[in-house]
Amino acid sequence: MALLGRIGRQVCQRIVCSRSISMSLSDEQKEIMDSTRKFVYDEIIPKAAYHDETGEYPWEIIRSAWDLGLMNTTIPEEYGGLGLSLMDLSLVLEELGYGCTGISTAIAGNSLAESPVIIAGSHELKKKYLGRMTEEYLVAAYGVTEPSAGSDVASTRTTSRKVGDEHVINGGKMWITNCGHANWFFVFTRSDPDPKAPAGKAFTAFVVDADAPGVTVGRKEWNMGQRASDTRGVTFDDVVVSSDNIVGQPGGGFKVAMACFDKTRPTVGAMSLGLARRALEEATKYSMERKTMGKPIFMHQAINFMLADMALKYELARLMVWKSSLEYDEGRRNTYYASIGKLYGAIAANENASDCVQVFGGNGYNKDYPAEKLMRDAKIFQIYEGTDQIQRLIIGREHMTKYM
Amino acid sequence: MSGLRVLVGCKRVIDYAVKIRVRPDHLGVVTDGVKHSMNPFDENAVEEAVRMKQKKVAKEIIVASCGPTQSQETIRTALAMGADRGIHVELAKGEEDLQPLAVAKVFAKLVEKEKPDLVILGKQAIDDDSNQTTQLLAGLLDWPQGTMASVLEHSDGVLKITREIDGGLEDISVKLPAVVSADLRLNEPRYATLPNIMKAKKKKIEKMSVADIGVDVTPRLKVQNVVDPPVREAGDKVPDVSVLIEKMKEKGHLK
Repeated sequence: MALLGRIGRQVCQRIVCSRSISMSLSDEQKEIMDSTRKFVYDEIIPKAAYHDETGEYPWEIIRSAWDLGLMNTTIPEEYGGLGLSLMDLSLVLEELGYGCTGISTAIAGNSLAESPVIIAGSHELKKKYLGRMTEEYLVAAYGVTEPSAGSDVASTRTTSRKVGDEHVINGGKMWITNCGHANWFFVFTRSDPDPKAPAGKAFTAFVVDADAPGVTVGRKEWNMGQRASDTRGVTFDDVVVSSDNIVGQPGGGFKVAMACFDKTRPTVGAMSLGLARRALEEATKYSMERKTMGKPIFMHQAINFMLADMALKYELARLMVWKSSLEYDEGRRNTYYASIGKLYGAIAANENASDCVQVFGGNGYNKDYPAEKLMRDAKIFQIYEGTDQIQRLIIGREHMTKYM
Repeated sequence: MSGLRVLVGCKRVIDYAVKIRVRPDHLGVVTDGVKHSMNPFDENAVEEAVRMKQKKVAKEIIVASCGPTQSQETIRTALAMGADRGIHVELAKGEEDLQPLAVAKVFAKLVEKEKPDLVILGKQAIDDDSNQTTQLLAGLLDWPQGTMASVLEHSDGVLKITREIDGGLEDISVKLPAVVSADLRLNEPRYATLPNIMKAKKKKIEKMSVADIGVDVTPRLKVQNVVDPPVREAGDKVPDVSVLIEKMKEKGHLK
């Protein structure tokens, strides 16, 4: 028995050692980060306030990002993309998020729409809809959310019905990023009208061309923050789509939509990290200049402790976002980590942004200083891509599966 | 000329945005753990060479850097911007105090080896602000030089250069082969795009030591002392010119 125990321990040690993750970035990853950071300082930071104020879609910036190769990073090489890993994309999005999360959401919106096609699309579908993204400067949108179906994806009311070899889509989506400018939409529909049909068989996902007859895009919605991003509603009125445009299996749409999140949640977590870091850096810089009671305020422990807590949250969130990206890249199911990373990233972003305003004091409440925008931009991280509450549902469920 | 061969030099320096701190021994600045990047003027040099290649004026761009192991990153950035291959003259321990004359000698050897038609360097490095290497190199090679270039035009073996000088702008023309130093307004350096960063991985970087090329890089100048500039003191506001003159006399600025 003792011998078996000793062998068992050695085997376990070997498994643990071979699964250890390296914490350092490769030279290439550092270059990618540096190049993105330079782009952010030169192109995004100077213009972010303008786009936040006016809500004007940052076409020029997105165009430059596309030229740099920042937009279609995870499209596989055979369709013209870079085939970069999720970890690489997370590094890029943290830098973009540092510049402006509204603009980075517009840029990342492409990756969101492309994910289901990359994961479940047929070769022809990928060639047609991913290929064009790398050849031309285009934007795409992911359409799942509806006015009455956000967290409860299974209560989607947009329908599709088969007519011959085609499908007809009716319904509407809401809060769709890049909606007003998209070349195509990923659309999630209920294909089985029977309310008792199981979720795994009742939904079908399609790629719908934005110029298809019957597609009507709504007005730009004016939101609290991330105002540079374009969010709208879109209606589908007897929109005819070919069977070739089904993403995944007919009836298997739910699985496709859920599978995307394992890929997109780490990246949204990455953007929230960028904001958390920006909040920390702006607060730190301000605290070195602002004086109260004879010294720069960072020398007062009350402020220094706030900065310490902000640093703490940023570092922890970063580790989780990295881990969830690495797990995905190494081919393992990362759902548990993706939810933790996304949730904690949202918490770090919101708490850091709020503390940043606090450090700035009265100036933090004012539009001439960078703090208030961060707070307005941060809130949505607790809502989109799965609310904080949904993330807890997932984490709790994944946690229990280890015990049952 | 069916396409020039261009040798571009680049240097790894402390990033321009970093807050510089003097070392406790006052013999230099803190470099450990500090962010480094390509010297900004060298970016202009690399960019110019890449544009020449795009216009089919140049047919090969070789980028060279003389520095520690990490200089490789700087060379990779240049490769990602569009240079074809790199040369890394790697400095051993104890050789890190590299001064312009030594760099010029190293580059003179590289010119001997690679036989380029044109050498483009950055006007000066932002760490020592020497602005000497180009001139020294031209002297060692006995080649014409065009320093502080803000415009570069080539036709038939002759370079028309606009130089930024104290009095304004000076136009000169030099016959190739020549050494040129790039000024900030020569061009707007491109970002290394992600696809190019990936492609740069496959480009070759040749490594050699200072001993391999037979150059003595012993420093000729010794840094005695490095200090922060004096803290700016508050000034005095005076009500009128007569008080101003009085105060200036008091402080000995006026006799």
